[in-house]
Amino acid sequence: MNYTFNWSVLWTGESGQWLLSGLIVTLELSALAWILAVALGIVSGALRTVKFRPLRAVATFYVEFFRNVPLLVWMFFWYFGVPPFLPEVIREWMFGHGLEFWAGVLALGVYSGARFSEVLRSGIQSIPRTQMEAAVASGLTTFQAYRYVILPVALRLIIPPATNESLNLLKNSSVALTISVAELTFQTRQIETYTAKAIEALTAGTLIYLVLCIGLASFMSWVERRTAIPGLITSGGRRR
Amino acid sequence: MIESIASGLDVIWRNLPFLMIQGFLGFGKFVGGTVRLAIPAIVLGFLLGIFIGLGRLAPSRWIRVPATIYVEFFRGVPLVMVIFWMWFVVPIVLRRPIPEYWVALTAFVVFEAAYLGEIVRAGVQSVARGQVEAATALGLTATKTMAYVVLPQALKNMVPSLVTQMIVLFKDTSLASIIGYVDLTKAAQIVNNREIRPFELYLFIAVVYFVCTYSMSLLARRLERRTA
Repeated sequence: MNYTFNWSVLWTGESGQWLLSGLIVTLELSALAWILAVALGIVSGALRTVKFRPLRAVATFYVEFFRNVPLLVWMFFWYFGVPPFLPEVIREWMFGHGLEFWAGVLALGVYSGARFSEVLRSGIQSIPRTQMEAAVASGLTTFQAYRYVILPVALRLIIPPATNESLNLLKNSSVALTISVAELTFQTRQIETYTAKAIEALTAGTLIYLVLCIGLASFMSWVERRTAIPGLITSGGRRR
Repeated sequence: MIESIASGLDVIWRNLPFLMIQGFLGFGKFVGGTVRLAIPAIVLGFLLGIFIGLGRLAPSRWIRVPATIYVEFFRGVPLVMVIFWMWFVVPIVLRRPIPEYWVALTAFVVFEAAYLGEIVRAGVQSVARGQVEAATALGLTATKTMAYVVLPQALKNMVPSLVTQMIVLFKDTSLASIIGYVDLTKAAQIVNNREIRPFELYLFIAVVYFVCTYSMSLLARRLERRTA
């Protein structure tokens, strides 16, 4: 091995600034995509459990088609494929306002929403059928039963798998570098390009991802213990 | 409208051999192919995963701790990052350039082994304790117990999650296009550079990926029902 380490490239020049701005973009991208994914996941996950067939079919199509195609393909599709079909005005506005970032949010959010949907569906299906029947029998409409009885329980039951999916979303946000969103992996490569110090740059990027993931995982296991439903979730210390 | 759909279909039709034979299967003037990368990656990743998974259950701390660190490390890092590690660092260590195929294959095997290792561990843990005790009572060594009694039963329990992970890996192979490996995604990019029909081309490869992964998931569901 013929390589001289020079760790100072990480704090001299603009490297530190690039890493920080990359981290911020990664967090922004992930947060916005997460909100979109959770909203899509709750709606489509709930629709997949209703009795009305056409609604179920629409939700099933969304989930199966979007989660079974690579995220990278969706990135290209939303970034290159869709904008030419938009009206001139909207397109102009988007090109001026970070088209790649919003395409990234859409690709990541819609893709992850399909994955969240499966998590929520299995959560809803693990609730005894009698809960729904009791809710309807006591005079609630189907919507109210979901809103006040089924979803509050299901959302707490799915915290561990939903945490897993959220971490996947965070890691998957790195794919946005392919449509040149200046997120963390993109900035890591930029440092490599400017300093030719690959190992140092990649170590910095990797450590940031590890800290983010491990930090988020431990925070969520705390939330899980806090929101545990007595008698339903048996052991508080269960992780993964 | 109809004209534009027809011309879109025409673009797909004219480039179908390149997309499918070069990009999907991997025969042609480029070294490439989604299938040619996915199949060895799944097989080798599973073999490494068996070692990692058993290492996580080893009685010796000197094996268990490194295996646990391995799993936690790779599950906390994006695959894109691992691909870049291989792409930049392996040539430095070996002091010669490595073809994209081997870079991508190494990255996938190393990365997926962490996930497959967890599946192996869960599978082994799902085998009833009495099976091990019975095998030991019959005079089998620990290695033989694992190879002839525990692993075959564990494998049966693992099948559904293994297929799910195969689907994930199959989709992940699209990321090899980042370092220039000509898989289905890269093939579509190459065609798009010439034809400028991104909507049709990316939608088309989305459907190709979907057909493959969805049939795998139908298979998984069938196996699940049979083993249940």
